[in-house]
Amino acid sequence: MSIEVQNITKSFGNFLALNDVSLYIKSGELVALLGPSGSGKTTLLRIIAGLEQADPGSGPILFNNHNMENSKVGDRGVGFVFQHYALFRHMTVFENVAFGLRVRPRQLRPDNGEIRRRVLELLRLVQLDTQANRYPHQLSGGQRQRVALARALAVEPQVLLLDEPFGALDAKVRVELRQWLRRLHDEIHLTSVFVTHDQDEALELADRVAVMNAGKVEQFATPNEVFHKPATEFVMNFLGSVNKFRGQITDGKVRLGGQYIMDAPKDTEEAKLFVRPHELHISHEKTPNSFNLRAVVTRIHSAGARVRVELETHSGDPMTAEMTHARLSELKLENGQDVYITPGNIHVFGDDAHALEE
Amino acid sequence: MPNVRGNTDEPAWVRWTLIAVAVMFMALFLLLPLILVFYCAFEEGLTTYWEALTSRRTLRAIGVTLLTIGIAVPINVLFGIMSAWCLGKFNFWGKSLLISLIDLPFAVSPVIAGLLFVLLFGLNSLLGDWLMDAFGIKILHTTTATVIATMFVTFPFVTRELLPIMQAQGTEEELAARVLGANGLQIFFRVTLPNIKWALLYGVVLCNARAMGEFGAVNVVSHGGKNNTLSLLIYETYQSDLVAAFAVSTLLALMAIITLILKTFIEMRTARKEGIEI
Repeated sequence: MSIEVQNITKSFGNFLALNDVSLYIKSGELVALLGPSGSGKTTLLRIIAGLEQADPGSGPILFNNHNMENSKVGDRGVGFVFQHYALFRHMTVFENVAFGLRVRPRQLRPDNGEIRRRVLELLRLVQLDTQANRYPHQLSGGQRQRVALARALAVEPQVLLLDEPFGALDAKVRVELRQWLRRLHDEIHLTSVFVTHDQDEALELADRVAVMNAGKVEQFATPNEVFHKPATEFVMNFLGSVNKFRGQITDGKVRLGGQYIMDAPKDTEEAKLFVRPHELHISHEKTPNSFNLRAVVTRIHSAGARVRVELETHSGDPMTAEMTHARLSELKLENGQDVYITPGNIHVFGDDAHALEE
Repeated sequence: MPNVRGNTDEPAWVRWTLIAVAVMFMALFLLLPLILVFYCAFEEGLTTYWEALTSRRTLRAIGVTLLTIGIAVPINVLFGIMSAWCLGKFNFWGKSLLISLIDLPFAVSPVIAGLLFVLLFGLNSLLGDWLMDAFGIKILHTTTATVIATMFVTFPFVTRELLPIMQAQGTEEELAARVLGANGLQIFFRVTLPNIKWALLYGVVLCNARAMGEFGAVNVVSHGGKNNTLSLLIYETYQSDLVAAFAVSTLLALMAIITLILKTFIEMRTARKEGIEI
């Protein structure tokens, strides 16, 4: 089932949580709403679920082109997984999952045998069939999360919404569970939207990522695209650390320290240049036909899969570069050493913080 | 020699002195009076005790007391659940004022509460005259007045017990139930109520104990005689018939002991549950 939201605005008192947001999610897609806290991602998810009302004047919320405005939360065919699971603490795992079936009106309610069959099938799907008679407080965080998921799936929703699904778990469980969720999605192909503030999670798990900031969607694209072609300065910054340079614009050309970078669109007055640490190269010699900047190595972090080198330019700006361990031993870097840094791939952003196209 | 006792403990003689003082104090102020009640009640033999308990006025007082708690406690439980639910799960203007208002019966002396109802329903009062003229209903000096005064005094118990736990539990489980398609009644009976049942029982026990023992407010609005509750009967008889007064007292004392046992049981139950959850 496809989900479409059009021109959604939502304010809480003076705070504008969503500012004219429109989004189209294709049927069967797994979409991440990614952004810092306060960016409106959870509010958008809750509006899609029907747990919040958009401000008057907002456009409709469409599931498969059907307007959901007047359907109640329970009638939207939505499975919702809450951030803190919200499991019914006085019910066993089995009863938690069975709840959505048991509260159905009599004529739609499956009989006990059918409920039992479906609940056990779902518990097998989330690998918790041995825990059916336990209570939520007897389970680990990851297990609770999977119970919440099974409970949401029990009502056979058309759409699955997850609010920070891995937020309360420790790092190792998070990674395992998100790989598991991706496999589950590939199996059942349910249109799913999840909220996260963790860019790794969004990039690894989602088919497409909506990067949100201050109540607006900054970019809605595939993980590859948001990472390699960020549409705005915010997206660039949010998806990883960056090194900043100030470019000059003369005769319609963006230059960095005299070196030509690209043609500048008309009326652009300012250009900000961003370089990811893994695209900032360090060498002992000047690289010909490139922008070279003198910098001093201030710190080398080598405990990790890749080495991170902190530097300081002669004008006092901090820089970060990333490289392999092989490259580090080749360069024989030491603290306090003077080196040249050269940006590889440069992302250029103009006056309105949007990316300049080449 | 290693310090077996632990570095954080006081010396033995300090500990034992403090414990002895506390135990002696409790024996003197709590246990001794309780024993005395039973001792005095049985002083003139079992027959006298039994006669005092089964006399008409005692049976009537038991009836009035049972009727009073039979009406006041359920109404307060119903109201207590509703007010705790609305205060615990929703935000609205004037909420903190309402929370303080609920404590009002705790804050004022029961005698003053009784006087309030005299002013409200008595002769020459607006409400009292109107009820009398329009419906011929007399409130003051009837069992109705006793019930109303008891309700006022025991009003906060259930709310007070439920409010903190409802606030702590939040509304997420209810929201989850709603998303899963449950209607309001299903949410209340399948999610909200099971989550508060022990706190509710605790509130009911306390409310009941207070309703049975209430004296001040009831004394002001009641006229004695056939409207006597057990507490009022004890007060009335203790000057003329000491044994009867003590005999009736044993009933209330017994109820108090049962209340304490129930209370301890519920506290243990909740403590165990929370112990697992944390």
